[in-house]
Amino acid sequence: MSNFQFTRRGLIKAAAATGAGLAMPTIISPAFAQTQAGYTNAPTGGTVTFGFNVPQTGAYADEGLDELRAYELAVEHLNGVGDGGMMNTFSSKALKGNGILGKKVQYVTGDTQTNTDAARSSARSLIEKDKAVMITGGSSSGVAIGVQGLCQEAGIIFMAGLTHSNDTTGKDGKANGFRHFFNTEMSGAALGPILEKAYGKDRKAYHLTADYTWGYSQESSMKTYTEALGWETVETVKTPVGAGDFSSYIAPVLNSGADTLILNHYGGDMVNSLTQAVQFGLRDKQVNGKDFTIIVPLYSRLMARGAGEAAKGIFGSTNWHWSLTDEGSKAFVKSFGEKFGYPPSQAAHTCYVQAILYADAAERAGTFNPCGIAEALEDFEFDGMGNGATLYRAGDHQCFKDVLVVKGKENPTSEFDLLEVVEITPRAQVEYALDHPDFAGRDMGKCNPGA
Amino acid sequence: MDALIIQILNGLDKGSAYALIALGLTLIFGTLGVVNFAHGALFMLGSFCAVTISRLFQVSYVVVDETKTDFLGNPLKVKMPYVSDWFGPEVGAWIIDWSVPLSILFAIPIMVLIGVTIERGLIKHFYKRPHADQILVTFGLAIVLQEIVKYFFGANPIPMPAPDAFKGSLDFGALIGMQSSSIIYPYWRLIYFAFAGVLITSVFCFLQFTTFGMVVRAGMADRETVGLLGINIDKRFTIMFGIAAAVAGLAGVMYTPINSPNYHMGMDFLVLSFVVVVVGGMGSLPGAVLAGFLLGILESFASTTWASNMLPGINQIIIYLVAIIVLLTRPRGLMGRKGVMEE
Repeated sequence: MSNFQFTRRGLIKAAAATGAGLAMPTIISPAFAQTQAGYTNAPTGGTVTFGFNVPQTGAYADEGLDELRAYELAVEHLNGVGDGGMMNTFSSKALKGNGILGKKVQYVTGDTQTNTDAARSSARSLIEKDKAVMITGGSSSGVAIGVQGLCQEAGIIFMAGLTHSNDTTGKDGKANGFRHFFNTEMSGAALGPILEKAYGKDRKAYHLTADYTWGYSQESSMKTYTEALGWETVETVKTPVGAGDFSSYIAPVLNSGADTLILNHYGGDMVNSLTQAVQFGLRDKQVNGKDFTIIVPLYSRLMARGAGEAAKGIFGSTNWHWSLTDEGSKAFVKSFGEKFGYPPSQAAHTCYVQAILYADAAERAGTFNPCGIAEALEDFEFDGMGNGATLYRAGDHQCFKDVLVVKGKENPTSEFDLLEVVEITPRAQVEYALDHPDFAGRDMGKCNPGA
Repeated sequence: MDALIIQILNGLDKGSAYALIALGLTLIFGTLGVVNFAHGALFMLGSFCAVTISRLFQVSYVVVDETKTDFLGNPLKVKMPYVSDWFGPEVGAWIIDWSVPLSILFAIPIMVLIGVTIERGLIKHFYKRPHADQILVTFGLAIVLQEIVKYFFGANPIPMPAPDAFKGSLDFGALIGMQSSSIIYPYWRLIYFAFAGVLITSVFCFLQFTTFGMVVRAGMADRETVGLLGINIDKRFTIMFGIAAAVAGLAGVMYTPINSPNYHMGMDFLVLSFVVVVVGGMGSLPGAVLAGFLLGILESFASTTWASNMLPGINQIIIYLVAIIVLLTRPRGLMGRKGVMEE
């Protein structure tokens, strides 16, 4: 039986102690207060947690799993494990391979399922449950825009993965969001002159377009640049994401009078639609006195592998390719290849670079506060990351760099040698003004540190 | 005209898959009275039988080719399939190339075994339970099966090419006296249609012209009376479950070159196949086949440009729209028997 007794003196002592305890965060040193409550998920202890939110299932799972590998490699390099990869060629020398600001980097992962609701839900879990200080990854613009909005509200930096829609840094751009990957406007600007050279000025194009934000953006950019060449757009048809069987959409192309099919598809959808278009004999046809041709504006090696023979000779654009010979690309391919046994995809590249750029910005800013990091990234110019001299523009948080125009290789020498780089389009040719009409309606808001 | 023919061909092709799955569903419902929501998963398991057989054919050992280098500049490691060693390079390459059709031979016993195991191990305990319980348990089973496949094969679609001989397309236009190249149709899709026709005919012949089939049909009409005649109808119905599983599995095997298998493909087909069964008439085998082809063709036409321009999104809802109209005007379905699922 307890002999605990209340006394007036004891009660006053207990009340004073409780009051002091509650007031502690406000009466201790300002520096401690800032790290504890100045922003969302301020890291405590000797570690900092990154949240990798990638599609591990769904139509873009191939890219997502490669992104995860790249992040794993980036974390190793940040913590001083392995050969350092592109950290050795990166023009900024702030990172020392001892973590970030003396804290060891660890990570948690989420599955976006290539679905906006699922992606937001997994990002929320990474932020609220796992206390991730930043979120990165993804392989769909719909997902990127959804997660970017969530991060803006939560006061977390979002380093976008593979997202190609203009809207990500256009009308849906956010102050807490940053994109390294290129966009559909840049694809159109890079592809236009090459398509004119290869196919001339008199073409009739039929678009099959993925029915979501990226598809619309890609279709609009391709229409702008092909119509500027003098091409006629015969028809634009929206197709559901993950349709699998595109035969019903491909059959009408045969009798549309079009001599060019532009497939605004990506990932598994692009593999299926391209393969089926070839199976239906489109590439063997002659229309309007010309050989029928197919164009895939956004290309990747993983897709070329899935499409096999069908990808040969098909033009497209890409953010990066493992066969580039600059020092940054070579270092990354070596690190990734030795660890995983095959070369990295463009999705892996952009995600690796985003993780390193975030870490570098934190190191330079001396804080994990999202607003400090945003300030360090804005108008940051860097090199040595595989795309030549690159600028993170402050006005829209979009990276500007060279764009690759590629073509499915006719005679591959290995299972990875599937794309040939036709042209490295210089950054100046794909740059556009901040008030470009395709990016109208942008309201980035203010940097939100959260907490 | 050529556009019309292509859409009909497309519809027949899609309808083939719907009809095969719906046929199995109807067989199970007609014999055992069970609404089997795991039937789409059996279609998916059939596809993964083909994936497994193909991978077994390609089990290899590695040799280093010092004359070539990989992307890192190291000597190239070349995979050498064991079948090429055992049967010679030409036969080995042929076996790997023809892995999808050859998978049929292995898929039949595997799928029958899976079907019988599911029926004896799980579904027989739910015969006397309400349809809602049967739906819940079979739906749960479908989720378990797809998660098992996801665990072993991953979440990504796995490309399964058709044999080289069938990779091209047929100039269907020239064949029927129209302009050359006006109607091009992939060989494998035509083969799938023909295969579905043969399989459906075989099932009908089996039920119509064999003693076993006659007993099963009698059991479907009046199970109790057949039992009173001293015939073990339960055993025959279990075998029918196995046969229905094999039909779904074979449909899945042959579908792999058309659509790369993934763990979720069964669910994609399941809902559509149920609509097919309902439209055709619960328990009616000819109804399931007829509705399968009919809805396949309708879906194909709804995807044409003029249809989607006239009614945007019609391709997504056409099948359900037809189901609503049929259920409102003829609740027992196109060829359904009076009294079945009408109470």
